[in-house]
Amino acid sequence: MKALKYIIPLAIFGILVVFLGIGLTKDPRKVPSPFIGKAAPAFTLSMLHEPGASFAPEQMRGKVWLLNVWASWCVSCKVEHPILNEMNRQGVVTIVGLNYKDARADAQKWLKQNGDPYLFSVSDIDGKVGIDYGVYGAPETFVIDKQGVIRYKQIGPITPEALDKTILPLLKQLNG
Amino acid sequence: MKTPAAFLFALALAACGFAWGQSAEIANPDPKVEARLKAIAHELRCLVCQNQTIADSDAPLAVDLRKQTRAMIAAGKSDEEIRGYMVDRYGDFVLYKPPFNAATAVLWMAPALLVLGGLAGLALMLRRRKIPAATAAGPDARKLRDIAALLEGDSPPAKRK
Repeated sequence: MKALKYIIPLAIFGILVVFLGIGLTKDPRKVPSPFIGKAAPAFTLSMLHEPGASFAPEQMRGKVWLLNVWASWCVSCKVEHPILNEMNRQGVVTIVGLNYKDARADAQKWLKQNGDPYLFSVSDIDGKVGIDYGVYGAPETFVIDKQGVIRYKQIGPITPEALDKTILPLLKQLNG
Repeated sequence: MKTPAAFLFALALAACGFAWGQSAEIANPDPKVEARLKAIAHELRCLVCQNQTIADSDAPLAVDLRKQTRAMIAAGKSDEEIRGYMVDRYGDFVLYKPPFNAATAVLWMAPALLVLGGLAGLALMLRRRKIPAATAAGPDARKLRDIAALLEGDSPPAKRK
């Protein structure tokens, strides 16, 4: 009975350690997206390189594609970009760029410098479409299936690990 | 020459006070709209700087969301509709006061459970302590005798062996 006096605080401490330990492994920036399993919000935006032409997600029906949110002012986009370039080079998937809150000239210059892996990019100059997609930190990438449903959202740069473990298997499954 | 410098400094200080707030964001703020905006924005988390509300943050996204909220107020949307709009896009996490559902049940119940657990523990401890405490607290027979002896002016109890 005396031992209980020491065991209880120790047990509470142990539980705390476990909970805090779990907390350490979680990234508070990764907010669960309410979009998974829902239709990609509709929009119509003008294209970055041809302001006269416009694009709407419905045009990608029947295709599995990525919508990648990027901007020339976004530092982590530069980190992610080689991976997108490589994906494009290997023809893994069609990537559409959502140029988020950027100036046209800056964006075009950035693509010239860093390579353009996109089928095309569209300009979300005031960030309205970004809000509709719940974007809060570029880069973000949405995997959209043939029915136009969002299946996965990568917040922050696509890491080689996320690519190999999550995105590529998902693309295979969606295309299969 | 000293006065203008001091005056300018005071002016700069005063200007700091006015710089706060959203009034600078639009040209002619409607006080009614701004008051509602403030009330709603104080309940919404800025996703970029997660420990600030949309009302407090100067992150570009927070500015955009304030703009959006203002537009929705102007369009006659209710507070509920505006909150719904944000939750649809950013999830429950955007609300500083998360709704009660399966995922947040533990979060909401934990404080009550902790209090109940604490009370139960306290009750258990008190009950266990009660029995020896009752006997120890009451004056025992010998002490009573000592007191009676003192009152009667007998020899002091300290001397007695």
